[in-house]
Amino acid sequence: MSFIDWVDERFPATKVWKEHFTEYYAPKNFNFWYFFGSLALVVLVLQIITGLLLAMNYKPDAELAFASVEYIMRDVWGGWFVRYMHSTGASMFFVVIYLHMFRGLLYGSYRNPRELIWIFGMVIYLAMMATAFFGYLLPWGQMSFWGAQVIVNLFETLPFIGAALSEWIRGDYVISDITLNRFFAFHFLIPFILLGLVFLHIVSLHKVGSNNPDGIEIKKGPKGNKWSKDAPADSIPFHPYYTVKDVMGLVVFLIFFIIIVFFMPEMGGYFLEQPNFEPANPLKTPDHIAPVWYFTPYYAILRAVPSFAGTQVWGVLAMGASIAMFFILPWLDRSPVKSIRYKGPIFKSCLTVFAISFVVLGYLGTQPPTPGLTLLAQVFSIIYFAFFLLMPIYSKMDKTKPVPERLTK
Amino acid sequence: MTDDHVDSRRRRLLTVATTTVGLAGAVGLVIPFAGSLSPSEKAKAAGAPVQVDISKLESGQQITVEWRGKPVWIIRRSQEMLEQLSSLDGSLADPKSESNQQPAYAQNAYRSIKDELLILVGICTHLGCSPGYQPDIGPAAFDENWKGGFLCVCHGSKFDMAGRVYSGVPAPTNLVVPPHQYLSDTVIVIGEDGGLV
Repeated sequence: MSFIDWVDERFPATKVWKEHFTEYYAPKNFNFWYFFGSLALVVLVLQIITGLLLAMNYKPDAELAFASVEYIMRDVWGGWFVRYMHSTGASMFFVVIYLHMFRGLLYGSYRNPRELIWIFGMVIYLAMMATAFFGYLLPWGQMSFWGAQVIVNLFETLPFIGAALSEWIRGDYVISDITLNRFFAFHFLIPFILLGLVFLHIVSLHKVGSNNPDGIEIKKGPKGNKWSKDAPADSIPFHPYYTVKDVMGLVVFLIFFIIIVFFMPEMGGYFLEQPNFEPANPLKTPDHIAPVWYFTPYYAILRAVPSFAGTQVWGVLAMGASIAMFFILPWLDRSPVKSIRYKGPIFKSCLTVFAISFVVLGYLGTQPPTPGLTLLAQVFSIIYFAFFLLMPIYSKMDKTKPVPERLTK
Repeated sequence: MTDDHVDSRRRRLLTVATTTVGLAGAVGLVIPFAGSLSPSEKAKAAGAPVQVDISKLESGQQITVEWRGKPVWIIRRSQEMLEQLSSLDGSLADPKSESNQQPAYAQNAYRSIKDELLILVGICTHLGCSPGYQPDIGPAAFDENWKGGFLCVCHGSKFDMAGRVYSGVPAPTNLVVPPHQYLSDTVIVIGEDGGLV
């Protein structure tokens, strides 16, 4: 009896390997948009490894934190490399996830029967945002401090419970050592919850099977391919075909990644913001504060809404709603076809305008709020919401193209 | 009792009772767990009053002191600044300081005990940034008819030289005047007003 037989009698190693790799049949027409899922997983693992190494030298204490980061940068062997990998990894994680989500928008991957995959994905996105937010306080620079101050104060705007809730989150009346200590604990914990959520994301994906650029359900098509008579005819096994393809994508990604780590880790102030090179000062807000780029579209929406009726909760609600829109997306799209390839001109233009508005809002969120820019942010916030809220109407009236029976090239 | 007789009513009752007690225990456990996150006794004790000597404060000058971890501004306003205040009433959200953002002794036209001395918690009532002091009267990049005051660069809220909020900006209420009192002409205590009303 071989070793693997011994294991298989006690743990379904071969069975799992077959079900999820060699006998997981994926559509044969994946294009480059399909790299980003596996890339996200690689970045998550890299973040956990570099994060663990950083935690061994970092001190979650308001008196020591800033200096301990400098210590990592200057005195720890290879510390600068590990830290820049971690800070670059945070931004690149969001780059990859935004492209991964846009793939879903392009090919209708959120639609029946994949609503739960999409929702698990959105929960992953929320968990990522929470981790990134907690992690950003840790260097205890000016932007760390004031960013956390603004975000925690968002909860203070909620009626009745707001003040008590934000005090409870901070554990103090202001952002302090106590807050830093607990944010470090959360920052360490959430990535492992993320791994669990990724597991659920993939389990539900493998239950219904992958979508594809044509948005055709290959399981409903003819059966039988070179490897199995029961597999969909238009499918190929995930391993070795897509593992090899993903390795090639990974190599290209790592080239970009490592160029950033070595030559532009601050990315002109977008990945690491200049005010954060100054220790936190609770008495002085930097002249211009903005969140890191991956939060700025929502931040622009927050700022675009003026306060009225004596409360500023409306901006906070609008920001929450702008993220919540993604959760209900599977039920907003009423088009008879899934993929952009067969959708009509209306949907195509709407998606283009939405993508532009997301980028413009992201830019506006990095800029100081002048009256002109605020007006612009208001216009683009309306476009952002219109894309979602009007989708049941325009996706239905759009003139779609006939969907072929089988996958195209 | 035989094996084939199952009293399903009793079984259901026991299941419900066990589940209820278990849930009650779990809810009970939330209290110490969640409670441990609220401000500790040490954090609560850190709010002691602060004494400030203002004898060296020049007209138009701002000093910032720390009270409960927050910036508190003390500004000696010039006569010119005080004269501007009443002209702004039309463009403010709460010109008469009706919302409860100050002790009763500061609920007046200048929002202060002594006309020229303005004392404010330097935290924007929007999302907690610390606004910048913009005392110069005249056109500014953010306002063509600027009469002096404070600008929060985070989200563009504007306040006048009494900490009153402009209307149509993100911040909903005036800046907070902390409890304070004068020990002498040159010494202020922030955080304590001896029960002054």
